[in-house]
Amino acid sequence: MVRQSSHNRFWSLALWSVALLALCASCRHEDVIFIPEHVQVAQPEYTSVSGFYLLNEGNMGSNKCTLDYYDYTTGLYHRNIFADANPTQALEMGDVGNDIGIYGSKLYAVVNCSNKIDVMDARSAAKVGQVDIPNCRYIRFHGKYAYVTSYAGPVEIDPDYKQRGYVAKIDTTTLQVVATCMVGFQPDELEIVEGKIYVANSGGYMVPNYENTLSVIDLATFKEEARVPIAINLQRVRCDQRGILWVASRGDYYETQSHLYAYDTRKQRLVKELDVPVGNMWLDGDSLYIISSEWSYLDASYGGATYCIVDTRTMQVANPMFIADGTQNSIKRPYGVAVNPITKDILVTDARNYVLPGNIYCFDRTGTLRWRERTGDIPAHIVFTK
Amino acid sequence: MPVVWCVLSLCLWVASAHAQISRLDSMQYLQNVTVYGVKPYAEVIPAQTLSGAKLEALSSHSVADAIRYFAGVQIKDYGGVGGLKTVDVRSMGSNHMGVFYDGIQLGNAQNGQVDLGRFSLDNIDEVALYNGQKSEIFQSARDFGTSGSIYLRTRRPQFAMGQTDHLLVTMRTGSFGLANPSVRWEHKFSPHVSLSLNTEGTLASGKYHFRYRKFFSDGELAWDTTAVRRNGDVQALRAEASLFGTYDGSRWMGKLYYYVSERGIPGAIVNNVWKTAQRQWDRNFFAQGSYERKCSERYELRAQAKYARDYLRYLNPDTTLMLIDNKFWQDEIYLSTAHKVTLARDWDVNLAVDYQWNYLNSTQVNFVYPTRHSLLTALATAYTWRGFKAQASLLHTHIADRYTTRNDGTVLAHHRKRLDRFTPAVFVSYRPWAAHDLSFRAYYKTAFRMPTFNDLYYTDMGNVQLRPERAMQVNVGAQYQLFTERGFVASARLTADAYYNRITDKIVAIPTGSGQYRWMMMNIGEVRIRGIDLTAAVALRLPADIIAEFTLSYTHQHAQDYSDPTDRGEAGSYHGQIAYVPWHNGSVATHLKWRDLDVNHSFIYVGERYHNSSNIPANYEQPWYTHDLSASYRFALRGTRYIKVTAEANNLFNQQYEVILNYPMPGRNYRLGVAFGF
Repeated sequence: MVRQSSHNRFWSLALWSVALLALCASCRHEDVIFIPEHVQVAQPEYTSVSGFYLLNEGNMGSNKCTLDYYDYTTGLYHRNIFADANPTQALEMGDVGNDIGIYGSKLYAVVNCSNKIDVMDARSAAKVGQVDIPNCRYIRFHGKYAYVTSYAGPVEIDPDYKQRGYVAKIDTTTLQVVATCMVGFQPDELEIVEGKIYVANSGGYMVPNYENTLSVIDLATFKEEARVPIAINLQRVRCDQRGILWVASRGDYYETQSHLYAYDTRKQRLVKELDVPVGNMWLDGDSLYIISSEWSYLDASYGGATYCIVDTRTMQVANPMFIADGTQNSIKRPYGVAVNPITKDILVTDARNYVLPGNIYCFDRTGTLRWRERTGDIPAHIVFTK
Repeated sequence: MPVVWCVLSLCLWVASAHAQISRLDSMQYLQNVTVYGVKPYAEVIPAQTLSGAKLEALSSHSVADAIRYFAGVQIKDYGGVGGLKTVDVRSMGSNHMGVFYDGIQLGNAQNGQVDLGRFSLDNIDEVALYNGQKSEIFQSARDFGTSGSIYLRTRRPQFAMGQTDHLLVTMRTGSFGLANPSVRWEHKFSPHVSLSLNTEGTLASGKYHFRYRKFFSDGELAWDTTAVRRNGDVQALRAEASLFGTYDGSRWMGKLYYYVSERGIPGAIVNNVWKTAQRQWDRNFFAQGSYERKCSERYELRAQAKYARDYLRYLNPDTTLMLIDNKFWQDEIYLSTAHKVTLARDWDVNLAVDYQWNYLNSTQVNFVYPTRHSLLTALATAYTWRGFKAQASLLHTHIADRYTTRNDGTVLAHHRKRLDRFTPAVFVSYRPWAAHDLSFRAYYKTAFRMPTFNDLYYTDMGNVQLRPERAMQVNVGAQYQLFTERGFVASARLTADAYYNRITDKIVAIPTGSGQYRWMMMNIGEVRIRGIDLTAAVALRLPADIIAEFTLSYTHQHAQDYSDPTDRGEAGSYHGQIAYVPWHNGSVATHLKWRDLDVNHSFIYVGERYHNSSNIPANYEQPWYTHDLSASYRFALRGTRYIKVTAEANNLFNQQYEVILNYPMPGRNYRLGVAFGF
């Protein structure tokens, strides 16, 4: 009798457990392509700059390189628009967006770990082509060509494993690589000035034997014709109106710190070294906007963040803190910077912990926050649309 | 206290009586066939276990596959035969788990990671999972040091009267180009000494089809792509020799273990990258021994020793990425003694002292060659009074690391780091009625996990300033068991537990500088986990000699990120469910037996998750659930010889799913095995 009642109880409990599990088991549904999110962040404004694209890098292996667009004419922030613009593109944009640029009517997104450049219509972001370049890094344009740096040149074993980087020359009409030019190890940014391409060689894979030079390529012959020593682990290079190249080094994250250098391309010599750490920079007229949050292995932490403006005429820091309202305290890891050429609004992106979605902050020219909005993961590279 | 042995022999519950030595031979002869036993437990809180026929019947190939059936467990599975599989119990992180192989912890001072996908069930008799710790006091100090433990017990040879040898030759094949032969030979030298030799080879191409597709919101297909998973090949050889003995009131065991493998590492599938080139080579060797003696009614001794040497080579020859070719050699020496003193009939005290030495050597540039000395001392006591059992333990851990910083071969400095920690634990259970096997239990435990050598010293990535990651656990629960000698329900066991865990100083990797190829470990995380684990196991006697067993587990968890209080809001990580932990998961396994035929079905469900603690649609991961079906038939031949044929179909409905973002799992796959034994 006792057994009878207890076994009924257990049987019902067992059934109850099955039912509970079935109830909790919400089922799979078909994956739907990413639907962009549209957020009103500001009032519309009408200038010759109609908006900007923001390329989010996404972590390595996450396939979460995404594209956001801000439309000045509506004040709407459109998050993750690529899948909507290209719904049939399998696996979307790919892994680790590293640079973005607009040339003519086309938008180019360099997707580093997907080994390709997505070429899109600059208005709709609809993909019109793709250029496959392994470990591609940064892009610049001149004439009918796009120039892209790549870490992945041919492998030499002599007897050590060596793999120099190169610059690829891409015909923007056919989207074919028409020539390549070998440079140093792990070349990053490049700049085209008066018939020459200047390439920042980093040697970032060669730790502790970093590169310390700019490669100079003659645009006409597309041959490397010189190496200019600047500092170790170069990353960024931008040219101002007077032919001065502003070159930023990463340092070695130990004793050698990140610095900013001015190299006069006409006099062919270094004219200034500034003790300003550079994570990213943006040149607008005679103002070089610099952000940084420098890592140091010595104390295993990030140093204080920098948000400064260097006047390229005086070659001095003109404004040591371009954020005026204290917003810098809520920015965890400043990662990207851009300045609207008309309104001079300053955009700063925050990569936060690199895993969670980032933020973009828009400041007016006085450094007062106008708006902020959530982005994709590791927001980094901005290009304005006309 | 009556010791109850319930044995399902040929899936009939035949015994519910005192275990008697004189009966062991006949019972253990049956165990060769198929015997399912529920052991009496010495622990305050018994483990979740899988053993014997139940373990054999589940279509599980590795220890990781078997552990999926336990409540509270998440497997991080990167897919395929050779893919990494690690276990996370109650969302505390896999580094908080200890895996014990025949009583001695499998260590990995380098990265703390024990890949349970590599431990085949070929030679395993029992897999047990303990939350908190094994709540038995007569154990080594290491056993007190983890936040959860998995005990793997290898098969002990057992011989019927007159038998001196057993042989089992198995060949398995199936999807992924699998060839998996194994041989086991057991020999009885004398009534007191027996030997077991076991070797197993695994060869697989690891290839399988996977499919990704997405739809428009109106249901129309947007894109659909199918590809072959590549670089998942594996070749591995495992060899084990074990010697078991008893001698005049003592028991001893010696074991040699060797594992060698080469495998491809199938990386993340991302746009324009459909295969990777990374490879890994492993060689693991260990020799271990244990000795246990009941010296008197009041004093028992256990001594254990181990030497382990592990080699790992990781190669990334992909010319589109940075070349990495690193080799690592680890050495470990482990010595342990445990002394149990019975102060009164119901009161035991145990003192255990363990010493461990670890060394890591590497070909990395500017490597620091770390050495770690660990001295663990555990004092534990257990008290039993009627239905009340209690155990308290206090573990002291002393760790001293030494390392030498170098630059281009010149020594910069010698460093020492020391750490002393006390971690207590209390376990209690209460069984109010002798007539009903209903008990209530609770525990409180604190533990920590040391940063691994990689966390601390990996060139340019390790952070020597790391503190240990701390874990605190509180658990309350109940268990009910029932065994009958006849009737519809043969046995039933129900458990329910509610728990709260807090992980502080969680070690998290974050990128440094402005390139993504350099990361650094930091103590920045805090996670709080509130959960419920439910399990049920029911065995039924059906007509026509059919036995049916059902095993259910269900876990509900809120594992929330408390790392950054400033990050609130809809996309905020504060209070967000942490990466890859579902709110709901569970399993249902059904085992039907009719004479020599076994049929097994299992269903595993993992609910919706997010791949990081910002729980927004872009980070959403679909639920997944798989049905596995297997059947085996045992043909009895002349004498004790037999042939057993097994067929399996896994992921029966061919679900295309991912456990980890961008690591597609295999669809429907098959396996066929033939075993000959006597």
